[in-house]
Amino acid sequence: MAAIAVTILFVLGMPAVAAEVLRLGVTPVILHDQYSAMLAFRNYLETKLGRPVELVSRNSYRQTIDMIERRELDVAWVSAFPYVYLHHHDNVRLVAMPLIKGRPTFRAYLIVSADDKVTSSVLQLRDKIFAYADPYSHTGFVVPKYDLRAAGEDPKTFFSRTFFCAGHKNVVRAVASGLADGGSVDSFVWDSLAVVEPELTAKTRIAGRSQEFGSPPIVAGHHVSNDDVGRLRRILLGMNEDPEGSLILRKLQVDRFVAGDSRSFDGVEEMMRATGDL
Amino acid sequence: MNPLDLSYRHKIPLWGGLLVVMTAFAVSAVLMVQTYEEMEDDLVIDTATLAEALAPEVFAAMVNGNIWRAYDVVSTPLDRKRSGPNLPGKAENIIVVDNNMQVFAAAFPRLARVGADLETLGPEFTAIANQLRVNAGSSESVSSIPDSPRLFYTMPIADQGARLGTLVVVLRKSSFMPRFFEIARYGVVAAVVLLGLLLPFNWYWGRRMAEPLVQLTERMREVGTQSPKELDPSLYTHRDEIGSLFMTYNRMLAELKEKGELERQVMQADRLAALGQLAAGVAHEINNPLGGMLMAIDTLKGRSITDLRTAKTIALLERGLDQIKETVGALLVEAKVKSRSLSERDIEDVLVLVLPQVHKKGLHLDWHNDVVGEVALPATLVRQVLINLLLNATHAAAPQGQIACNVHVSEDQLRVKVANDGRLITDEQMGHLFEPFSPLSEEGHGLGLWVTYQIVHQLGGTITASREGGCMQFAVQLPAGRMPT
Repeated sequence: MAAIAVTILFVLGMPAVAAEVLRLGVTPVILHDQYSAMLAFRNYLETKLGRPVELVSRNSYRQTIDMIERRELDVAWVSAFPYVYLHHHDNVRLVAMPLIKGRPTFRAYLIVSADDKVTSSVLQLRDKIFAYADPYSHTGFVVPKYDLRAAGEDPKTFFSRTFFCAGHKNVVRAVASGLADGGSVDSFVWDSLAVVEPELTAKTRIAGRSQEFGSPPIVAGHHVSNDDVGRLRRILLGMNEDPEGSLILRKLQVDRFVAGDSRSFDGVEEMMRATGDL
Repeated sequence: MNPLDLSYRHKIPLWGGLLVVMTAFAVSAVLMVQTYEEMEDDLVIDTATLAEALAPEVFAAMVNGNIWRAYDVVSTPLDRKRSGPNLPGKAENIIVVDNNMQVFAAAFPRLARVGADLETLGPEFTAIANQLRVNAGSSESVSSIPDSPRLFYTMPIADQGARLGTLVVVLRKSSFMPRFFEIARYGVVAAVVLLGLLLPFNWYWGRRMAEPLVQLTERMREVGTQSPKELDPSLYTHRDEIGSLFMTYNRMLAELKEKGELERQVMQADRLAALGQLAAGVAHEINNPLGGMLMAIDTLKGRSITDLRTAKTIALLERGLDQIKETVGALLVEAKVKSRSLSERDIEDVLVLVLPQVHKKGLHLDWHNDVVGEVALPATLVRQVLINLLLNATHAAAPQGQIACNVHVSEDQLRVKVANDGRLITDEQMGHLFEPFSPLSEEGHGLGLWVTYQIVHQLGGTITASREGGCMQFAVQLPAGRMPT
């Protein structure tokens, strides 16, 4: 029965397999402004895999998570929160992790306006306006909440107002413009922005840095075959040995990809449990 | 000096120039005011269009409590990087306020902090908040706060009656001023160019208008003090009022001249008549004793005078008395001499008499005589007149020159014209031409013309001297058919 069912599924799935489109999801952890770099990344994968790759970009983490759960995406470059969330529900496998500045990790930055010379902790922002990146972002939401809880504060009432900005870059904009007094962003995003749009990051100041977390991983849905995952991993890990791949990596401000270990995200999982997000 | 007393030469161009300048300024001012108002209107229209485009998006953001989305929507149109800093009509800020008059989001959050009460943003905003409370902000409106450089455009953020707040667009009134100044600068340049063309034209035209009037005035002022000159007709050729003024002036001048000439002639005649009377009276008074003296000398000479000295003295006396008699005789022109009538022969005799003199000087004589038969005029006197005039002409003519004599007779008068091409007589000399002992006479006693005048006058005729075509001409008219009795 099972064999028949597999056969039927296989036959039904044939046209899809024949199309062989690989759907690659991107979360706002990657700057939208770096879309040309992402397109180059897609083209690179397309050439190496020998099959079409479709880039699917969504503004919110939740949408990306949903699409993976619904198997509308095969592969996705996500952030720590979605990975832990999806992994917790046993929906994805880790394909690779980027090595950034020589380390497979990133942090959360607490940023404030450049005019604010005193703040060094989120605890000093009582009754201020605070900008979060996304409700499903570890660095952009969970980390400040965790810090507040650890200090015995209620994140719901500590700030006078909070809002979500649909992306880490927008947190930087909100803080730079004065819309928010503080915000929490992905260090990978802020550091990339500091290179691409230094005049924007110059209006903000990093007031605090969190501990290190596993860097935003590339994951594959469970419906993707082990072969495909293996091939993709091999291509990603070999990018830095290839002149074209190196160029794309430089544009993405990534040193290279490593196989990675899901234990890198244990700290994230722990914090998410603590804040009730898992 | 009163500027209204200025000469027309300056007044017309100045007035014209003043009018041109005033017109240019008035038109420029009207256009500028209109441009300013249109720009202000445009600012409001642009703002209304912007607000209408933003309001639905802001409504959606407010429904979801999405501060970021509201900020993103209102800040995008004001993003300096996207639209450039000098775009006209740029809003200073766009503020989203909720129904509690608290800032929900703003394009420039540093100027309007999220969560702040609208009143706390400044006195202008307090006034706006009050206005919104009073009219409930039910419709869009433009508010201008006194003493504020800003305009406030408010628009309800509502959908199908559900009102979430108000969109407040803060405009700087002067935001279009750079553009307005640019347009105004073009206007001023155009006006200056126009003035540069019109003012010289106006100046030229004004001077042209005034010049004939000025000339006329100057000439009129001369009337009565000196002999005025005629106006140059080429100065003004049109047949309008000024043209007819020119013509009238010239006619008046001609009449004045004629009258002056007439007066001069009358005066001369009066003077000559008085002189003639005086001369005749003196001559008569002298003639009587003179006759006695001459008779006495005659008697004395009849006796034989042996004393040589006495004989010499008597001869001296006789010569002196003869000279007096001759002079007095010349002064005393007696026309009342019995004479036969003038005949063709008499005129030809005169020709024979003067020809030797004429030939001696090598002159060319142009002779015309149409007297045929007898004319009822005393022959002796006419001959004397003719001889006098011809001899004078011969003297006056230039060597190898020309003289002309024309004797013409008609039914009732004899006309004689004698001309020579010698030196012309001056105006001054003309005035004293017929007086006795003329300084003009280089030889003789200067009584020739005096005698001629007296004869002509006593015969009831006229004699005139004139300068015609470079020739000195004497014309005599004698009424014929009247023999002196």
